[in-house]
Amino acid sequence: MNLHEYQGKQLFSQYNLLIPPGKVAATVEEAVAAADALGGEAWMVKAQIHGGGRGKAGGVKYVRGKAQLAEVTKNLLGKRLVTLQTTAHGQPVHQVLITKPCDIKRELYLGAVLDRSACRVAIMASTEGGVEIEKIAEDTPEKILKIMVDPLLGVMPYQTREISFSLQLNPAQQQEFTFILTQLGKMVVECDLSLIEINPLISDMNDHLVCLDAKVIVDDNALFRQTELRNMYDASQEDDRENRAREWQLNYIALKGNIGCMVNGAGLAMATMDLIKLHGGNPANFLDVGGGATTERVTEAFKIILSDSEVQGILINIFGGIVRCDMIADGIIAAVKGVGVKIPVVVRLEGNNSDLGAKKLSASGLNIIAASSLTDAADQIVKAVKRSIVA
Amino acid sequence: MSILIDKNTKVICQGFTGKQGTFHSEQAIAYGTKMVGGVTPGKGGTEHLGLPVFNTMADAVAATGADASVIYVPAPFCKDSIIEAANAGISLIVCITEGIPVLDMLVVKVYLEKNTMARLIGPNCPGIITPGECKIGIMPGYVHKPGRVGIVSRSGTLTYEAVKQTTDLGFGQSTCIGIGGDPILGMSFVDVLRFFQDDPKTEAVLLVGEIGGTAEEEAAQFIKLHMTKPVVSYIAGVTAPVGKRMGHAGAIIAGGKGTAAEKLKALKAAGVHTVESPADMGKAIAEVL
Repeated sequence: MNLHEYQGKQLFSQYNLLIPPGKVAATVEEAVAAADALGGEAWMVKAQIHGGGRGKAGGVKYVRGKAQLAEVTKNLLGKRLVTLQTTAHGQPVHQVLITKPCDIKRELYLGAVLDRSACRVAIMASTEGGVEIEKIAEDTPEKILKIMVDPLLGVMPYQTREISFSLQLNPAQQQEFTFILTQLGKMVVECDLSLIEINPLISDMNDHLVCLDAKVIVDDNALFRQTELRNMYDASQEDDRENRAREWQLNYIALKGNIGCMVNGAGLAMATMDLIKLHGGNPANFLDVGGGATTERVTEAFKIILSDSEVQGILINIFGGIVRCDMIADGIIAAVKGVGVKIPVVVRLEGNNSDLGAKKLSASGLNIIAASSLTDAADQIVKAVKRSIVA
Repeated sequence: MSILIDKNTKVICQGFTGKQGTFHSEQAIAYGTKMVGGVTPGKGGTEHLGLPVFNTMADAVAATGADASVIYVPAPFCKDSIIEAANAGISLIVCITEGIPVLDMLVVKVYLEKNTMARLIGPNCPGIITPGECKIGIMPGYVHKPGRVGIVSRSGTLTYEAVKQTTDLGFGQSTCIGIGGDPILGMSFVDVLRFFQDDPKTEAVLLVGEIGGTAEEEAAQFIKLHMTKPVVSYIAGVTAPVGKRMGHAGAIIAGGKGTAAEKLKALKAAGVHTVESPADMGKAIAEVL
């Protein structure tokens, strides 16, 4: 689960990390009031979306005077911001963060992430702040300093010294840096975080280390025990269909394509998308119906897939392990009838009673093609969609 | 014996009297697995499916001499259940549950390695089966057939596809292991490959991977240096978009890393026979055997 910058900064603040004074605003009036409360003549207006690259896309602006602040805010709120890190559709801006601008002496990068292969939380720092970390990792990997946190020990002071001497921080900054790293380590564990990125961590004119940005991701699997963080969820930043699917315990991810898929199992669902592409088609989505391909779930899955107007055919691929394929076929037939699906549907059922399931589908009188194999299924749906486009 | 489990393996079910535990224990018993009992705290001393229920793993192991356990416990309690099993002397723990917090698994893995001799399979996996002898998990037993292909996979139903193809072509499977879809797992591809290389019954290996992490690349390194048996591989997620979690918690292309293309490249370079289509896994095995 992603947090907005202002929420990440709130969290940092709770852990006593320095952040620039700021207030979040959902309207122009609130933005102006925020500027008043912060004081001064100039501010930063920062669009709050789940996605990086805001600066280059015009989502982070330095403004002088309240008139300019109001104008910039007005142009950001209610629009969709498209950045290099979002889809072409962008993300909706419902809030902006108004902060006092910081005079920057140095920009550093600081982050914490789970290193899967080392099975440790890794904390990374770099002198190249303000640049994308992936670029640094590719071009100048030696500029990334890394410490691995032992779960028994947490972040050790000697580890923080290793980094702060390499970063050539002055003694006062070294102390602050040690504190920040220790807090990052605590935050990851106490808040079940998958990622923290402070890019940049700046040193200001008084040599204090301040978090100018905050990217925080919470482990979805831990939300059950992170009640405060859970309430920070912003559904507006997610795809509508993905949200709807989640409500039905379906796992749906939109792609750009015209052949919808419905599969049981995430691995098989990815394989089905790949199979469609291999046979000359374009998958429109990933959808895992999970363990229960009941009539209700299949019906809802159809509705979500069909809400994408680009979809011109649907491939259903179900491996009925324990569930019987004839029952799955019943569910599919009922759903197609209930929803009134008009576009071609190819169904490949495998497993328990698969022959009986295929027979039922063929005899249904609906535009459902029962495929005889994986390859046949992919061929059939690509053909059927081509036919329907021509027709 | 193929690898890790056989007809003599004695299995305890943790979460025995719950819905999942009950259903899958019934299936396992019907398959011929030596289920010897289960644990549900508070129900010790009772009977369930004709087998004894215990309050603790320590009691269960003392009474039955079980060497394996299967966990159908809700995610918030799995860290506790896994460590309880390990400390009770279980040598193979199979955790089926999906949704365990990743930091729980990090601690579990580090703890198990440092303090116990237990091996863990999973979490978020279908389990392990040696066809005809022992089934620990939720896979459909009837699709499997005793034979000579070792299958190791991060997936569930995609694994059953691989199984069905190798069964239909007559090769059968020595042992199939679903290592799980999470980012931090017990046994890795490399751990399982080591066993397959040393197992006389396994003549070829089918490795089913997916996007996210570097497990397949690490497997490629191991295969290059240590495997003499032929390996076939299929990697799911060639069309997966960047930065999105594709169902499995571990199936995500993060920071540009973990793409299917990279994995296929590494595996090919290690001499693995990679297939582009999931429909061709069985065919590729036929070509190498």
